Amino acid sequence: MNRDDTDKKPFLDRLWDFFASVRLAIVLFALIAVSSIIGTVIEQNAPAEKNIIVLKRLVGDSLAPAFYRILEAAGFMDMYRSWWFVTLLMLFAINLIVCSLERLPRILRLMREPIRPLDSDKRNFPIKKVLRVKGSPEELREEVLKVVKAIGVKAENSPLKDGGYQLYGQSGNWSRLGVYITHLSILIIMIGAVIGIFFGFKGFLNLPEGYTSDVAYARDGTPHPLGFSVRCDDFEVEFYGMSEMPKDYKSWLTVIKNGREVMRKVIEVNEPLKYGGYTFYQSSYGMVPNARGIFILKLTGPGMKTETVFKRLGETFQIPGTNIIGYIKDYSPALAFDRNGNPYTYTDMMNNPAVYVEFKEGDKIKYAGWILKRFPRTWTLPDGNRVEFVDYWGVQYTGLQVRKDPGVWVVYLGCIIMAIGLYVAFFMSHKRVWVFVTRDGKESAITLLATANKNRGALERKIEASLKRLQRGR
Amino acid sequence: MNSSFFFGISTVGYILAMVFYIAYLVFRSRQVGVVATAVTVTSFISQTIAFFLRWGEFYQMHHKLGLNISIFRPPITNLYESLVFFVWCLILGYLIIEFKYKNRAFGAFVTPVSAMVLAFIEMTGMSKEIQPLVPALQSNWLLAHVITSFISYAMFGLAFATSLMYLIKKTETKTEPAYIFWSVSLGLIIVLILAMGLDYLRFNVVATSSETMKKFLFKATFRSNSPLIVVLSWIGSAFVIFLVWLYGPVLKRIINAFNISDNMLDDITYRMIAIGFPVFTLGGLIFGAIWADQAWGVYWSWDPKETWSLITWFVYAFFLHARLMRGWKGKKVAVVAVVGFVAVAFTYLGVNLLLSGLHSYGALE
Repeated sequence: MNRDDTDKKPFLDRLWDFFASVRLAIVLFALIAVSSIIGTVIEQNAPAEKNIIVLKRLVGDSLAPAFYRILEAAGFMDMYRSWWFVTLLMLFAINLIVCSLERLPRILRLMREPIRPLDSDKRNFPIKKVLRVKGSPEELREEVLKVVKAIGVKAENSPLKDGGYQLYGQSGNWSRLGVYITHLSILIIMIGAVIGIFFGFKGFLNLPEGYTSDVAYARDGTPHPLGFSVRCDDFEVEFYGMSEMPKDYKSWLTVIKNGREVMRKVIEVNEPLKYGGYTFYQSSYGMVPNARGIFILKLTGPGMKTETVFKRLGETFQIPGTNIIGYIKDYSPALAFDRNGNPYTYTDMMNNPAVYVEFKEGDKIKYAGWILKRFPRTWTLPDGNRVEFVDYWGVQYTGLQVRKDPGVWVVYLGCIIMAIGLYVAFFMSHKRVWVFVTRDGKESAITLLATANKNRGALERKIEASLKRLQRGR
Repeated sequence: MNSSFFFGISTVGYILAMVFYIAYLVFRSRQVGVVATAVTVTSFISQTIAFFLRWGEFYQMHHKLGLNISIFRPPITNLYESLVFFVWCLILGYLIIEFKYKNRAFGAFVTPVSAMVLAFIEMTGMSKEIQPLVPALQSNWLLAHVITSFISYAMFGLAFATSLMYLIKKTETKTEPAYIFWSVSLGLIIVLILAMGLDYLRFNVVATSSETMKKFLFKATFRSNSPLIVVLSWIGSAFVIFLVWLYGPVLKRIINAFNISDNMLDDITYRMIAIGFPVFTLGGLIFGAIWADQAWGVYWSWDPKETWSLITWFVYAFFLHARLMRGWKGKKVAVVAVVGFVAVAFTYLGVNLLLSGLHSYGALE
């Protein structure tokens, strides 16, 4: 087609051709890949100062702020949501739809066409095997049929002159749809993502122990009403043995609707709470600044008398059945001892909480020492009484990821279809076979012609093996 | 005898195998070739034993800590274990190709990749300890994600080796773009290895965390405190690349001396990618997204690791469409296959070292 012809075509046709080209697809692959790299170098949705520091290193101190403003205006600070990146993805989707629509009808037509016998065995095919075997064509029929069946093809018969015949057939005809199934699945996943963007909610909720909230917060900090309330009853980090290696993060959550507790659940990292279309995931935790928590201590006096007390720093308690008074003098969220045996706090997080308690009977200090939550042997006092450090409550918050995404099932459906499509597209092939068997004196001449659109080598090896078996049998 | 004993044998074995394969390439002696294969197979068996021993040790450790984990959970949880698993997949894939195509010459290109990975492990001194699973990793989706990802990485690694050989074999003049592309790529790889080797010699650091790794990476060369060393490093790198460019034809002669047809190289490249791509899509992207959804509540968050796997996916999609639909042949698609593996390497190592993200478990703990 020359240039004049193209110019004469109506605009819509030219637009269609533009979107139907694989060349556009290849250009889009490259554009999306290259522009995505930028978004991994510039930290997305980060505080401005962070990226300005990076830019200062690249372009110098004086130019960095101006550079930052230009990049920000071009959407690079929230690149994957910027108008031009979304446009690229939309072009990609349109390209995918048009490309498939352009080619699909032809493929469907080809698929419906039944396989026909060939007019001659002199044609050239990617796989062509010629051999001579003792016996008449009719005597050989069963064995030739076996060869064709071994390839996985259902054979049809077309007689030739002189008692000869042609067996032919195909398999995996529909495997040519694999590519289109894969393309469709990408579109379904994109539709799922769009549903999530328009009808979903993605946010977070940092909830201190003992607090209740009826909203979650979007990324920009705007509150989003949930329609119910969530309370954090407790948060705990569990460690492996005595190590610093976290084993589990757990939050005890309660859902309250219309003033009634409707659900309680302990959530962990791979074990979220689901209620009212929202899902709450354990995603982070931290300390509430300047919080004064409550020490929960389980006291055991003589005669196994037990009592649980709730006390703050500086308060006192009495061991049941005795006159011993404990005074909570000091606290450390993460206690350790240095080489000289002096205590120090090694992190702000509650990795190894400990209380320093002074015990008095009357005016006399009986003993004093650290009681550690993670070390039960520190719970037993020299006189046999026990002070179990159950928890220091009300100082940690649990970081919850809150999500509502009605599109996620569409995405999962897309993923399943994609797995099927890829399997069909890459691991199944369309095979066609024709076998001519003709009389040649006392022998028969066998000509086998075959094609496969994928993995031709494997088909050829299979054919060679079964032909060898046929020859050996004679 | 514990797992590290057998891992030690396999590490030494793979490095020896590399030497033998290269010697085979240079001297073309059949005996040397047989030795190379024997050493590789022995190392592979040794590594397989080590893997199962470590599996047992991993299970017992959790048992002692009072955590019930499934006996079916293999010990692939940190950077060390995943890199070793990658080497295992790569060698398995290579041995299959060697037996199927009855050609040993690829060994000289594949074993250096595994030796590089093992050298990287030694040089960075990353922790080889068996570590208990942190909460986010206690998921079967993650397990499926990691295993399938590394199988696909191994496939891509093999495609990288064959496409590089193809480019070396098919380029005629030193000025053609494909020649410049492969010589500069190979030169850069050599520069990176040398720079990391110098870091190791200069500081002799045992990087125990990704922080120390980041602190010392290229500190002996490109990021040195002395401006002179920085300038010298750049000049030195340019010189190394120039040498590769200058002596490229020698490499070509060596490869040409072997009975490998261009079509065979092209064919293996395509086949490896045709297996690697669907496995990567399913394992690397889909399983990863499902895991992220279950653990964090977001199936896709454009964090650098996710984005880089998507970039890798687009590069290989580009390869397949260019080859199957646009009829790109030979050198053009071979270049894409090389670029694809660079993206794979960056997805796994570059993102952890240079960028940050959710996948902090991959850091050099």
